[in-house]
Amino acid sequence: MVNSDKHRNGDALFKGIAQFFALSIIAILLLMTYRMVAESMPSIRAFGVSFISGSNWDAVQGQFAALPYLYGSVVSSLLALLLAAPLSLGCALFITELAPKRLGVAIATLVELLAAIPSVIYGLWGIMVMVPWLQSTVQPFLIEHFGFIPLFSGAPYGVSMLAAVFILMIMIIPIITSITKEVLLAVPQSQKEAALALGATRWEMIRIAVLPYGRSGMLGAVILGLGRAIGETMAVTMVIGNTPQISLSLLAPAYTMPSVIANEFAEASSKLHSAALMEIGLILLVVTLIVNSLARLLLWSVSRKLGGGAK
Amino acid sequence: MKLKSLALRKSFNLGATLLMATATILVLLPLGIIFSHILKMGLQSVNLAFFTNIPQPTGVPGGGMANGLAGSAIMILMALLLGLPVGIFGAIYLTEYGKGRLATVIRFSADILAGIPSIITGMVVYTLLVVPMHGFSALAGAFALALIMIPIVLRTTEEQLKLVPVSLREASLALGVPMWRTSLKVTLRSAMTGIVTGVLLAIARVAGETAPLLFTALGNQFWSRKLTEPMAALPLQIFNFAISPYEDWHQLAWAGALVLVVLMFTLSLAARWLGRSRHS
Repeated sequence: MVNSDKHRNGDALFKGIAQFFALSIIAILLLMTYRMVAESMPSIRAFGVSFISGSNWDAVQGQFAALPYLYGSVVSSLLALLLAAPLSLGCALFITELAPKRLGVAIATLVELLAAIPSVIYGLWGIMVMVPWLQSTVQPFLIEHFGFIPLFSGAPYGVSMLAAVFILMIMIIPIITSITKEVLLAVPQSQKEAALALGATRWEMIRIAVLPYGRSGMLGAVILGLGRAIGETMAVTMVIGNTPQISLSLLAPAYTMPSVIANEFAEASSKLHSAALMEIGLILLVVTLIVNSLARLLLWSVSRKLGGGAK
Repeated sequence: MKLKSLALRKSFNLGATLLMATATILVLLPLGIIFSHILKMGLQSVNLAFFTNIPQPTGVPGGGMANGLAGSAIMILMALLLGLPVGIFGAIYLTEYGKGRLATVIRFSADILAGIPSIITGMVVYTLLVVPMHGFSALAGAFALALIMIPIVLRTTEEQLKLVPVSLREASLALGVPMWRTSLKVTLRSAMTGIVTGVLLAIARVAGETAPLLFTALGNQFWSRKLTEPMAALPLQIFNFAISPYEDWHQLAWAGALVLVVLMFTLSLAARWLGRSRHS
């Protein structure tokens, strides 16, 4: 029986090791949250609620309030999502329902490769190619013809909220498309065939069989895209102009939460300054935790409905 | 229910089809433009010096990103050493032992962890390693990259282990092989290609990460001698050169971008190819 005892010890040890590493995932998440809260305490104590309602960010005077950064993050992400979601949905439908199988696979592969391009490279293209184009062509056009709308008033700087919206849109499209594609592929073939057999056209089949089935999954994909857009740092920092102001005009430079952290954290001038940046990080963390939890729950509900494991 | 006329329904169908095709073109177009730009600008500026020299002051020809390439390789390697055990053993726990609520919480935590903006990972590692060690270091950079890698490795490995048939494990256990040897020698080994796929994808993901290195590895104009010193990384150099005002540094940034994109595509395609050959 010595042998089997050895087995049992070995097994217990192995299980212990595996469990330790698995639990460390939870520990990392808790530790990260705790560090962010602890490090932002000086700022939370000093400014309280005025931190998110005020807009005076002055490292010299030791006054910190983050509204312009919150505004920049929310507006740039939501507008990018507004543009990206319909395009991604259309592209995913094209891949799964319309394109011949080969073409569909080819487009899907392309889209997935594009999802792998790092943020800093989108930023490089943005600052070298897109921003000069916006400044010389798009923004003067908008000002000339739509300048009476506050959204398009002001001078053509190039670097602007508009640039951030465009670059974010380009960056989140591949993510939303590839997750939506997975969701759509999970729609049972029998549902689609039933609709077609009843004489539905291809679009009617999509409307009555595919879209209702994939609704929560598609919503999950879009929300995941939002989470990605809010946390996006490098590309946005390179094209948004980094000016902490709240302007109605999309042509004006702005600033986002991750951008101010990227620009100022390594050279924070005082304890309070770095605590304030930590608090911005904490707000960002809380927002992404909520957004991502929501997205995951929606996507999990899809995979559970299909009887598969969690995705 | 009253049906609309067939002609109307058909024209709706045509309209929807055109809209979807347009959306697809609009998705692929900007990405095609970006890629062709990187190819054009990158091929103009990439040369042997790029791979052998360190950055030169502006105006001095022959600058390269050799220290950035080496720095990225070193930090990714260290991140693998730190992150792989956590990811792989965590996945073994989830597939072999993990039933019930605890496993769900771990899976959920991993998914949430994967969604945390990487700049926050950088801030946390700054407080955990950079402040106590009194300085930016390659070690801190590698640690931040490892944190980003862990959830990716965990989830892909778990997917792959789940594909290994239960009968294979049962056969091994019936022969009297203990559970831990079965896990390591049978289950893990049969899922090996899949796990390598996941690791390749994780490398592809962190190789381009810039934000978490800003406050950890910091970057370095020169070669680093020690792991406790600031270290250069390819994406950091691309960033710094892109926002500089000098034309020759911009050229270098395009060259770096091309090298990074080629590396990324190679890793992703290799991962796809491995993943496919396994299933056919």
